[in-house]
Amino acid sequence: MNHIIQTLALLLLLFGNTPSSYAAELSVAVASNFLAPLGVIAEEFEAQTRHQVLISSGSTGKLYAQITHGAPFHILLAADTQRPHRLVDEGFAVEGTPFVYAVGRLALWSPIPGQKINGLNALLKTDIRHVAIANPKTAPYGQAAYEVLHSEDLWDVLRPRIVQGENIGQAFQFVASGNAEFGFVALSQILNPKNNRSGSRWEVPSHLHTPIEQGAVLLRKGESHEPAIAFLHFLRGTFARQIILGFGYELNAK
Amino acid sequence: MLSHDDLQALWLTLLLASVTVCVLLVVGTPLAWWLSRTRSRCRTAVEAIVALPLVLPPTVLGFYLLVAMSPRGLIGAPWLQFTDSTLSFSFTALVIASTLYSLPFVVQPLQGSFEATGRVPLETASLLRASPMDAFLTVASPLALRGYITAAVLGFAHTLGEFGVVLMVGGSIPGQTKVLSIAIYDHVETLEYAQAHLLSGGLLVFSFLTLLIVYGLNRRLPIRVT
Repeated sequence: MNHIIQTLALLLLLFGNTPSSYAAELSVAVASNFLAPLGVIAEEFEAQTRHQVLISSGSTGKLYAQITHGAPFHILLAADTQRPHRLVDEGFAVEGTPFVYAVGRLALWSPIPGQKINGLNALLKTDIRHVAIANPKTAPYGQAAYEVLHSEDLWDVLRPRIVQGENIGQAFQFVASGNAEFGFVALSQILNPKNNRSGSRWEVPSHLHTPIEQGAVLLRKGESHEPAIAFLHFLRGTFARQIILGFGYELNAK
Repeated sequence: MLSHDDLQALWLTLLLASVTVCVLLVVGTPLAWWLSRTRSRCRTAVEAIVALPLVLPPTVLGFYLLVAMSPRGLIGAPWLQFTDSTLSFSFTALVIASTLYSLPFVVQPLQGSFEATGRVPLETASLLRASPMDAFLTVASPLALRGYITAAVLGFAHTLGEFGVVLMVGGSIPGQTKVLSIAIYDHVETLEYAQAHLLSGGLLVFSFLTLLIVYGLNRRLPIRVT
Protein backbone atom coordinates (compact mmCIF):
# COMPACT_ATOMS: atom_id res chain seq x y z
CA MET A 1 0.00 0.00 0.00
CA ASN A 2 2.73 2.38 1.07
CA HIS A 3 4.55 1.51 -2.08
CA ILE A 4 1.60 2.54 -4.23
CA ILE A 5 1.22 5.87 -2.44
CA GLN A 6 4.92 6.57 -2.90
CA THR A 7 4.70 5.82 -6.60
CA LEU A 8 1.64 8.02 -6.97
CA ALA A 9 3.32 10.86 -5.16
CA LEU A 10 6.32 10.55 -7.42
CA LEU A 11 4.13 10.58 -10.52
CA LEU A 12 2.35 13.67 -9.24
CA LEU A 13 5.66 15.40 -8.70
CA LEU A 14 6.79 14.49 -12.18
CA PHE A 15 3.68 15.33 -14.18
CA GLY A 16 1.23 17.09 -11.93
CA ASN A 17 2.65 20.54 -12.04
CA THR A 18 3.74 21.63 -15.46
CA PRO A 19 6.06 24.62 -15.25
CA SER A 20 4.67 27.68 -17.00
CA SER A 21 7.63 27.94 -19.36
CA TYR A 22 6.27 24.86 -21.13
CA ALA A 23 4.16 25.40 -24.21
CA ALA A 24 0.53 25.56 -23.17
CA GLU A 25 -2.71 24.72 -24.88
CA LEU A 26 -5.18 27.33 -25.90
CA SER A 27 -8.74 26.63 -26.88
CA VAL A 28 -10.46 28.82 -29.46
CA ALA A 29 -14.10 28.60 -30.51
CA VAL A 30 -14.57 30.03 -33.98
CA ALA A 31 -17.53 30.77 -36.23
CA SER A 32 -17.35 28.46 -39.24
CA ASN A 33 -16.73 31.24 -41.79
CA PHE A 34 -13.42 32.12 -40.11
CA LEU A 35 -12.17 28.56 -39.67
CA ALA A 36 -9.75 28.62 -42.61
CA PRO A 37 -8.08 31.99 -41.88
CA LEU A 38 -7.85 31.03 -38.21
CA GLY A 39 -6.00 27.90 -39.24
CA VAL A 40 -3.36 29.96 -41.00
CA ILE A 41 -3.10 32.50 -38.18
CA ALA A 42 -2.95 29.81 -35.51
CA GLU A 43 -0.20 27.98 -37.35
CA GLU A 44 1.97 31.09 -37.36
CA PHE A 45 1.13 31.77 -33.72
CA GLU A 46 2.12 28.23 -32.79
CA ALA A 47 5.39 28.56 -34.65
CA GLN A 48 6.21 31.80 -32.85
CA THR A 49 5.11 30.91 -29.33
CA ARG A 50 5.13 27.10 -29.32
CA HIS A 51 1.72 27.20 -27.71
CA GLN A 52 -0.80 24.84 -29.15
CA VAL A 53 -4.11 26.15 -30.47
CA LEU A 54 -7.11 23.83 -30.24
CA ILE A 55 -9.85 24.95 -32.61
CA SER A 56 -13.55 24.18 -32.35
CA SER A 57 -15.87 25.51 -35.02
CA GLY A 58 -19.61 25.85 -35.41
CA SER A 59 -22.29 28.45 -35.87
CA THR A 60 -21.96 31.47 -33.61
CA GLY A 61 -25.29 30.66 -31.97
CA LYS A 62 -24.24 27.11 -31.22
CA LEU A 63 -20.90 28.18 -29.76
CA TYR A 64 -22.68 30.79 -27.68
CA ALA A 65 -25.01 28.14 -26.28
CA GLN A 66 -22.06 25.87 -25.53
CA ILE A 67 -20.17 28.63 -23.73
CA THR A 68 -23.14 29.52 -21.55
CA HIS A 69 -23.18 25.87 -20.55
CA GLY A 70 -19.59 25.68 -19.49
CA ALA A 71 -17.67 24.80 -22.65
CA PRO A 72 -13.94 25.01 -21.88
CA PHE A 73 -13.01 27.66 -24.47
CA HIS A 74 -10.62 30.51 -23.77
CA ILE A 75 -11.57 32.68 -26.72
CA LEU A 76 -14.60 33.12 -28.94
CA LEU A 77 -14.26 34.41 -32.49
CA ALA A 78 -17.88 35.04 -33.37
CA ALA A 79 -19.49 36.11 -36.63
CA ASP A 80 -21.34 38.95 -34.92
CA THR A 81 -20.71 41.43 -32.12
CA GLN A 82 -23.98 40.84 -30.40
CA ARG A 83 -23.12 37.48 -28.87
CA PRO A 84 -19.68 38.46 -27.54
CA HIS A 85 -21.29 41.43 -25.79
CA ARG A 86 -24.07 39.29 -24.45
CA LEU A 87 -21.48 36.90 -23.02
CA VAL A 88 -19.84 39.84 -21.24
CA ASP A 89 -23.20 41.00 -19.87
CA GLU A 90 -23.97 37.51 -18.63
CA GLY A 91 -20.61 37.11 -16.96
CA PHE A 92 -19.20 34.47 -19.31
CA ALA A 93 -16.64 36.78 -20.91
CA VAL A 94 -14.24 39.44 -19.70
CA GLU A 95 -15.41 43.01 -19.81
CA GLY A 96 -13.57 45.36 -22.13
CA THR A 97 -12.15 42.59 -24.29
CA PRO A 98 -14.62 42.38 -27.22
CA PHE A 99 -13.28 43.88 -30.43
CA VAL A 100 -14.09 43.58 -34.12
CA TYR A 101 -11.42 41.44 -35.76
CA ALA A 102 -12.98 41.31 -39.20
CA VAL A 103 -15.96 42.52 -41.20
CA GLY A 104 -17.40 39.72 -43.28
CA ARG A 105 -18.67 39.85 -46.82
CA LEU A 106 -21.63 37.87 -48.02
CA ALA A 107 -21.54 36.40 -51.52
CA LEU A 108 -24.04 34.64 -53.72
CA TRP A 109 -22.13 31.75 -55.18
CA SER A 110 -22.47 29.00 -57.74
CA PRO A 111 -19.73 26.43 -58.32
CA ILE A 112 -20.24 26.63 -62.09
CA PRO A 113 -17.72 29.09 -63.53
CA GLY A 114 -18.42 31.66 -66.20
CA GLN A 115 -21.92 32.65 -65.13
CA LYS A 116 -22.87 36.28 -64.99
CA ILE A 117 -24.61 36.91 -61.73
CA ASN A 118 -25.79 40.49 -61.58
CA GLY A 119 -27.97 40.21 -58.57
CA LEU A 120 -30.75 38.34 -56.90
CA ASN A 121 -32.60 37.87 -60.19
CA ALA A 122 -30.34 34.89 -60.80
CA LEU A 123 -32.31 33.07 -58.10
CA LEU A 124 -35.66 33.50 -59.81
CA LYS A 125 -34.91 31.33 -62.81
CA THR A 126 -37.13 28.28 -62.81
CA ASP A 127 -34.26 25.82 -63.06
CA ILE A 128 -32.90 27.00 -59.73
CA ARG A 129 -34.24 24.39 -57.39
CA HIS A 130 -32.29 24.99 -54.22
CA VAL A 131 -30.62 27.97 -52.61
CA ALA A 132 -28.47 27.23 -49.58
CA ILE A 133 -28.14 29.59 -46.64
CA ALA A 134 -26.93 29.14 -43.09
CA ASN A 135 -29.54 28.88 -40.36
CA PRO A 136 -30.55 32.54 -39.78
CA LYS A 137 -31.29 31.84 -36.13
CA THR A 138 -27.84 30.66 -35.22
CA ALA A 139 -25.52 31.91 -37.96
CA PRO A 140 -25.00 35.63 -38.63
CA TYR A 141 -24.26 34.94 -42.30
CA GLY A 142 -27.61 33.20 -42.49
CA GLN A 143 -29.22 36.18 -40.82
CA ALA A 144 -27.57 38.48 -43.37
CA ALA A 145 -28.81 36.31 -46.23
CA TYR A 146 -32.29 36.42 -44.77
CA GLU A 147 -32.13 40.23 -44.54
CA VAL A 148 -30.99 40.50 -48.16
CA LEU A 149 -33.83 38.31 -49.44
CA HIS A 150 -36.31 40.01 -47.16
CA SER A 151 -35.30 43.51 -48.19
CA GLU A 152 -35.99 42.63 -51.82
CA ASP A 153 -39.28 40.88 -50.95
CA LEU A 154 -37.91 37.57 -52.15
CA TRP A 155 -37.98 35.61 -48.92
CA ASP A 156 -41.55 34.37 -49.25
CA VAL A 157 -41.13 33.65 -52.94
CA LEU A 158 -37.96 31.63 -52.44
CA ARG A 159 -38.83 30.01 -49.12
CA PRO A 160 -39.73 26.61 -50.64
CA ARG A 161 -36.36 26.49 -52.39
CA ILE A 162 -34.23 27.47 -49.46
CA VAL A 163 -32.19 24.79 -47.76
CA GLN A 164 -30.54 25.58 -44.48
CA GLY A 165 -27.12 24.47 -43.41
CA GLU A 166 -26.51 24.17 -39.74
CA ASN A 167 -23.70 26.68 -40.14
CA ILE A 168 -22.13 28.53 -43.07
CA GLY A 169 -19.71 25.64 -43.60
CA GLN A 170 -22.57 23.28 -44.35
CA ALA A 171 -24.29 25.85 -46.56
CA PHE A 172 -21.09 26.12 -48.59
CA GLN A 173 -20.81 22.36 -48.77
CA PHE A 174 -24.39 22.01 -50.04
CA VAL A 175 -23.46 24.22 -53.00
CA ALA A 176 -19.97 22.82 -53.56
CA SER A 177 -21.34 19.26 -53.70
CA GLY A 178 -23.83 20.33 -56.37
CA ASN A 179 -26.90 19.67 -54.26
CA ALA A 180 -27.92 23.33 -54.32
CA GLU A 181 -27.38 25.51 -57.40
CA PHE A 182 -26.71 28.66 -55.41
CA GLY A 183 -25.81 29.59 -51.92
CA PHE A 184 -25.28 32.64 -49.76
CA VAL A 185 -21.85 31.98 -48.36
CA ALA A 186 -18.99 33.89 -46.84
CA LEU A 187 -16.63 35.44 -49.37
CA SER A 188 -13.81 33.98 -47.28
CA GLN A 189 -14.95 30.47 -48.14
CA ILE A 190 -14.76 31.17 -51.86
CA LEU A 191 -11.36 32.82 -51.52
CA ASN A 192 -10.00 30.00 -49.37
CA PRO A 193 -7.12 28.66 -51.49
CA LYS A 194 -7.67 25.17 -50.11
CA ASN A 195 -11.19 25.01 -51.51
CA ASN A 196 -9.79 25.75 -54.96
CA ARG A 197 -13.22 26.61 -56.28
CA SER A 198 -13.60 29.55 -58.53
CA GLY A 199 -17.19 29.22 -59.73
CA SER A 200 -19.23 32.34 -60.23
CA ARG A 201 -20.10 34.83 -57.58
CA TRP A 202 -21.89 38.03 -56.85
CA GLU A 203 -20.63 39.95 -53.88
CA VAL A 204 -23.74 41.14 -52.12
CA PRO A 205 -23.61 44.92 -51.59
CA SER A 206 -23.17 45.37 -47.87
CA HIS A 207 -25.92 47.99 -47.60
CA LEU A 208 -28.48 45.23 -48.18
CA HIS A 209 -27.84 43.76 -44.75
CA THR A 210 -26.60 44.70 -41.32
CA PRO A 211 -22.79 44.75 -41.52
CA ILE A 212 -21.30 41.43 -40.51
CA GLU A 213 -18.97 42.77 -37.86
CA GLN A 214 -17.24 39.81 -36.31
CA GLY A 215 -16.34 40.11 -32.67
CA ALA A 216 -13.61 38.40 -30.69
CA VAL A 217 -13.83 38.14 -26.94
CA LEU A 218 -11.78 36.72 -24.09
CA LEU A 219 -13.90 34.26 -22.18
CA ARG A 220 -13.95 33.87 -18.41
CA LYS A 221 -12.00 30.60 -18.68
CA GLY A 222 -9.21 32.40 -20.51
CA GLU A 223 -9.11 35.41 -18.20
CA SER A 224 -5.80 34.58 -16.60
CA HIS A 225 -4.55 32.28 -19.33
CA GLU A 226 -1.50 34.00 -20.73
CA PRO A 227 -1.51 32.25 -24.16
CA ALA A 228 -5.12 33.36 -24.70
CA ILE A 229 -4.27 36.98 -24.06
CA ALA A 230 -1.22 36.65 -26.29
CA PHE A 231 -3.34 35.18 -29.06
CA LEU A 232 -5.87 38.02 -28.98
CA HIS A 233 -2.94 40.40 -29.26
CA PHE A 234 -1.57 38.41 -32.16
CA LEU A 235 -4.95 38.58 -33.88
CA ARG A 236 -4.64 42.38 -34.03
CA GLY A 237 -1.10 42.21 -35.41
CA THR A 238 0.17 42.77 -38.95
CA PHE A 239 0.42 39.10 -39.89
CA ALA A 240 -3.12 38.30 -38.83
CA ARG A 241 -4.50 41.42 -40.51
CA GLN A 242 -2.90 40.47 -43.81
CA ILE A 243 -4.37 37.00 -43.66
CA ILE A 244 -7.79 38.40 -42.77
CA LEU A 245 -7.70 40.83 -45.70
CA GLY A 246 -6.46 38.08 -47.98
CA PHE A 247 -9.55 36.03 -47.25
CA GLY A 248 -11.78 38.86 -48.44
CA TYR A 249 -12.71 40.38 -45.11
CA GLU A 250 -12.58 44.06 -44.41
CA LEU A 251 -11.04 45.48 -41.30
CA ASN A 252 -13.06 47.73 -39.12
CA ALA A 253 -12.39 51.38 -39.87
CA LYS A 254 -13.59 52.40 -36.45
CA MET B 1 -48.28 25.21 -27.00
CA LEU B 2 -46.79 23.70 -30.14
CA SER B 3 -45.99 26.18 -32.85
CA HIS B 4 -47.06 25.60 -36.42
CA ASP B 5 -43.49 24.67 -37.33
CA ASP B 6 -43.27 22.12 -34.55
CA LEU B 7 -46.59 20.53 -35.45
CA GLN B 8 -45.44 20.31 -39.02
CA ALA B 9 -42.20 18.65 -37.89
CA LEU B 10 -44.16 16.19 -35.76
CA TRP B 11 -46.47 15.26 -38.61
CA LEU B 12 -43.56 14.94 -41.02
CA THR B 13 -41.68 12.69 -38.63
CA LEU B 14 -44.63 10.35 -38.16
CA LEU B 15 -45.16 10.25 -41.91
CA LEU B 16 -41.49 9.52 -42.56
CA ALA B 17 -41.40 6.73 -39.98
CA SER B 18 -44.59 5.16 -41.36
CA VAL B 19 -43.52 5.27 -44.97
CA THR B 20 -40.08 3.96 -44.07
CA VAL B 21 -41.52 1.02 -42.16
CA CYS B 22 -43.78 0.10 -45.09
CA VAL B 23 -40.88 0.23 -47.51
CA LEU B 24 -38.71 -1.75 -45.13
CA LEU B 25 -41.27 -4.50 -44.60
CA VAL B 26 -41.66 -4.90 -48.34
CA VAL B 27 -37.92 -4.89 -49.01
CA GLY B 28 -36.94 -6.63 -45.80
CA THR B 29 -39.25 -9.63 -46.02
CA PRO B 30 -37.73 -11.29 -49.10
CA LEU B 31 -34.26 -10.33 -47.93
CA ALA B 32 -34.76 -11.80 -44.48
CA TRP B 33 -36.44 -14.84 -45.95
CA TRP B 34 -33.56 -15.45 -48.30
CA LEU B 35 -31.04 -14.97 -45.52
CA SER B 36 -32.86 -17.46 -43.32
CA ARG B 37 -33.00 -20.15 -46.02
CA THR B 38 -29.97 -19.78 -48.22
CA ARG B 39 -26.81 -21.81 -48.08
CA SER B 40 -25.15 -19.46 -50.51
CA ARG B 41 -21.64 -18.28 -49.81
CA CYS B 42 -22.77 -14.70 -50.18
CA ARG B 43 -24.95 -15.01 -47.12
CA THR B 44 -22.33 -13.92 -44.62
CA ALA B 45 -21.38 -10.96 -46.75
CA VAL B 46 -25.00 -9.90 -47.18
CA GLU B 47 -25.61 -10.24 -43.45
CA ALA B 48 -22.61 -8.04 -42.80
CA ILE B 49 -23.86 -5.42 -45.25
CA VAL B 50 -27.30 -5.40 -43.66
CA ALA B 51 -25.75 -4.86 -40.25
CA LEU B 52 -23.46 -2.03 -41.39
CA PRO B 53 -25.77 0.84 -40.31
CA LEU B 54 -25.51 -0.50 -36.76
CA VAL B 55 -21.81 0.19 -36.57
CA LEU B 56 -21.17 3.01 -39.03
CA PRO B 57 -21.40 6.59 -37.84
CA PRO B 58 -24.45 8.24 -39.45
CA THR B 59 -22.04 10.75 -40.96
CA VAL B 60 -20.59 8.06 -43.23
CA LEU B 61 -24.01 7.22 -44.62
CA GLY B 62 -24.87 10.92 -44.75
CA PHE B 63 -21.73 11.73 -46.69
CA TYR B 64 -22.21 8.99 -49.29
CA LEU B 65 -25.89 9.81 -49.70
CA LEU B 66 -25.14 13.49 -50.14
CA VAL B 67 -22.70 12.72 -52.91
CA ALA B 68 -24.89 10.07 -54.52
CA MET B 69 -28.12 12.08 -54.44
CA SER B 70 -26.73 15.31 -55.86
CA PRO B 71 -28.00 16.20 -59.35
CA ARG B 72 -24.75 14.85 -60.77
CA GLY B 73 -24.58 11.87 -58.45
CA LEU B 74 -25.04 8.17 -59.01
CA ILE B 75 -28.69 8.16 -57.92
CA GLY B 76 -29.43 11.85 -58.27
CA ALA B 77 -28.63 12.19 -61.97
CA PRO B 78 -30.96 9.43 -63.25
CA TRP B 79 -33.57 10.57 -60.76
CA LEU B 80 -33.47 14.06 -62.21
CA GLN B 81 -33.80 12.67 -65.70
CA PHE B 82 -36.82 10.51 -64.96
CA THR B 83 -38.73 12.69 -62.54
CA ASP B 84 -37.52 16.14 -63.53
CA SER B 85 -37.05 16.94 -59.86
CA THR B 86 -33.93 16.83 -57.76
CA LEU B 87 -33.58 14.13 -55.17
CA SER B 88 -31.52 15.91 -52.55
CA PHE B 89 -33.37 17.81 -49.83
CA SER B 90 -36.64 16.04 -50.65
CA PHE B 91 -38.90 13.84 -48.55
CA THR B 92 -38.05 10.96 -50.87
CA ALA B 93 -34.38 11.45 -50.06
CA LEU B 94 -35.18 11.08 -46.37
CA VAL B 95 -37.16 7.91 -47.05
CA ILE B 96 -34.19 6.44 -48.92
CA ALA B 97 -31.82 7.49 -46.14
CA SER B 98 -34.07 6.12 -43.40
CA THR B 99 -34.62 2.86 -45.25
CA LEU B 100 -30.89 2.23 -45.37
CA TYR B 101 -30.38 3.50 -41.86
CA SER B 102 -33.08 1.33 -40.27
CA LEU B 103 -32.56 -1.74 -42.46
CA PRO B 104 -30.97 -3.98 -39.80
CA PHE B 105 -33.70 -3.14 -37.32
CA VAL B 106 -36.24 -4.74 -39.62
CA VAL B 107 -34.28 -7.47 -41.38
CA GLN B 108 -32.68 -8.97 -38.29
CA PRO B 109 -35.87 -9.64 -36.28
CA LEU B 110 -37.57 -11.03 -39.39
CA GLN B 111 -34.64 -13.26 -40.18
CA GLY B 112 -34.54 -14.42 -36.58
CA SER B 113 -38.18 -15.40 -36.53
CA PHE B 114 -38.01 -17.08 -39.93
CA GLU B 115 -35.09 -19.13 -38.68
CA ALA B 116 -36.90 -19.96 -35.45
CA THR B 117 -39.79 -21.36 -37.46
CA GLY B 118 -37.52 -24.04 -38.78
CA ARG B 119 -38.08 -26.20 -41.84
CA VAL B 120 -40.64 -28.64 -40.50
CA PRO B 121 -43.81 -26.50 -40.79
CA LEU B 122 -42.91 -25.51 -44.33
CA GLU B 123 -42.01 -29.00 -45.40
CA THR B 124 -45.33 -30.17 -43.98
CA ALA B 125 -47.09 -27.47 -45.93
CA SER B 126 -45.35 -28.51 -49.08
CA LEU B 127 -46.34 -32.15 -48.44
CA LEU B 128 -49.89 -30.88 -48.27
CA ARG B 129 -49.25 -29.45 -51.74
CA ALA B 130 -49.08 -25.83 -50.79
CA SER B 131 -47.15 -23.79 -53.30
CA PRO B 132 -44.04 -22.08 -51.87
CA MET B 133 -45.82 -18.70 -52.00
CA ASP B 134 -48.86 -20.20 -50.36
CA ALA B 135 -46.75 -21.83 -47.70
CA PHE B 136 -45.00 -18.57 -47.02
CA LEU B 137 -48.21 -16.58 -46.74
CA THR B 138 -50.26 -19.04 -44.73
CA VAL B 139 -47.58 -20.75 -42.62
CA ALA B 140 -44.31 -18.90 -42.38
CA SER B 141 -45.66 -15.34 -42.12
CA PRO B 142 -48.15 -16.00 -39.33
CA LEU B 143 -45.53 -17.93 -37.42
CA ALA B 144 -43.26 -14.94 -37.77
CA LEU B 145 -45.88 -12.51 -36.52
CA ARG B 146 -43.85 -11.57 -33.48
CA GLY B 147 -40.88 -10.94 -35.68
CA TYR B 148 -43.01 -8.68 -37.84
CA ILE B 149 -44.26 -6.67 -34.90
CA THR B 150 -40.79 -6.29 -33.46
CA ALA B 151 -39.41 -5.35 -36.87
CA ALA B 152 -42.12 -2.77 -37.55
CA VAL B 153 -41.80 -1.14 -34.16
CA LEU B 154 -38.03 -1.05 -34.10
CA GLY B 155 -37.95 0.28 -37.64
CA PHE B 156 -40.50 2.95 -36.76
CA ALA B 157 -38.82 3.95 -33.52
CA HIS B 158 -35.36 4.00 -35.02
CA THR B 159 -36.55 6.27 -37.82
CA LEU B 160 -38.10 8.61 -35.26
CA GLY B 161 -34.73 8.76 -33.60
CA GLU B 162 -32.81 9.45 -36.77
CA PHE B 163 -30.75 12.60 -36.62
CA GLY B 164 -27.24 12.60 -38.02
CA VAL B 165 -28.08 11.47 -41.53
CA VAL B 166 -31.00 13.89 -41.81
CA LEU B 167 -28.86 16.73 -40.55
CA MET B 168 -26.43 16.05 -43.35
CA VAL B 169 -28.79 15.46 -46.27
CA GLY B 170 -32.00 17.20 -45.20
CA GLY B 171 -31.41 20.92 -45.46
CA SER B 172 -34.03 21.63 -42.79
CA ILE B 173 -36.93 22.55 -45.11
CA PRO B 174 -40.17 22.97 -43.13
CA GLY B 175 -42.73 20.41 -44.24
CA GLN B 176 -40.20 18.59 -46.41
CA THR B 177 -37.17 17.57 -44.41
CA LYS B 178 -37.36 19.35 -41.07
CA VAL B 179 -38.15 16.41 -38.82
CA LEU B 180 -38.65 16.43 -35.09
CA SER B 181 -35.07 15.67 -34.15
CA ILE B 182 -33.88 18.62 -36.27
CA ALA B 183 -36.54 20.90 -34.78
CA ILE B 184 -35.37 19.93 -31.30
CA TYR B 185 -31.75 20.58 -32.26
CA ASP B 186 -32.67 24.03 -33.59
CA HIS B 187 -34.56 24.87 -30.42
CA VAL B 188 -31.63 23.82 -28.25
CA GLU B 189 -29.16 25.76 -30.39
CA THR B 190 -31.22 28.92 -30.06
CA LEU B 191 -31.78 28.31 -26.36
CA GLU B 192 -35.52 27.88 -26.78
CA TYR B 193 -35.58 25.33 -24.03
CA ALA B 194 -39.34 25.45 -23.41
CA GLN B 195 -40.08 24.20 -26.92
CA ALA B 196 -37.17 21.78 -26.80
CA HIS B 197 -38.52 20.33 -23.56
CA LEU B 198 -41.99 20.00 -24.98
CA LEU B 199 -40.86 18.13 -28.09
CA SER B 200 -38.24 16.04 -26.32
CA GLY B 201 -40.56 15.07 -23.51
CA GLY B 202 -43.27 14.21 -25.98
CA LEU B 203 -40.93 12.06 -28.01
CA LEU B 204 -39.65 10.33 -24.89
CA VAL B 205 -43.11 9.44 -23.63
CA PHE B 206 -44.31 8.43 -27.07
CA SER B 207 -41.32 6.17 -27.70
CA PHE B 208 -41.61 4.56 -24.30
CA LEU B 209 -45.33 3.90 -24.68
CA THR B 210 -44.86 2.45 -28.15
CA LEU B 211 -42.23 0.05 -26.95
CA LEU B 212 -44.27 -0.81 -23.88
CA ILE B 213 -47.39 -1.63 -25.86
CA VAL B 214 -45.52 -3.68 -28.39
CA TYR B 215 -43.52 -5.69 -25.92
CA GLY B 216 -46.73 -6.25 -23.97
CA LEU B 217 -48.59 -7.42 -27.07
CA ASN B 218 -45.68 -9.54 -28.12
CA ARG B 219 -45.72 -11.44 -24.88
CA ARG B 220 -49.42 -12.14 -24.93
CA LEU B 221 -50.00 -12.69 -28.58
CA PRO B 222 -50.93 -16.29 -29.39
CA ILE B 223 -49.45 -17.62 -32.58
CA ARG B 224 -52.10 -18.86 -34.96
CA VAL B 225 -51.55 -20.73 -38.14
CA THR B 226 -54.57 -20.72 -40.42
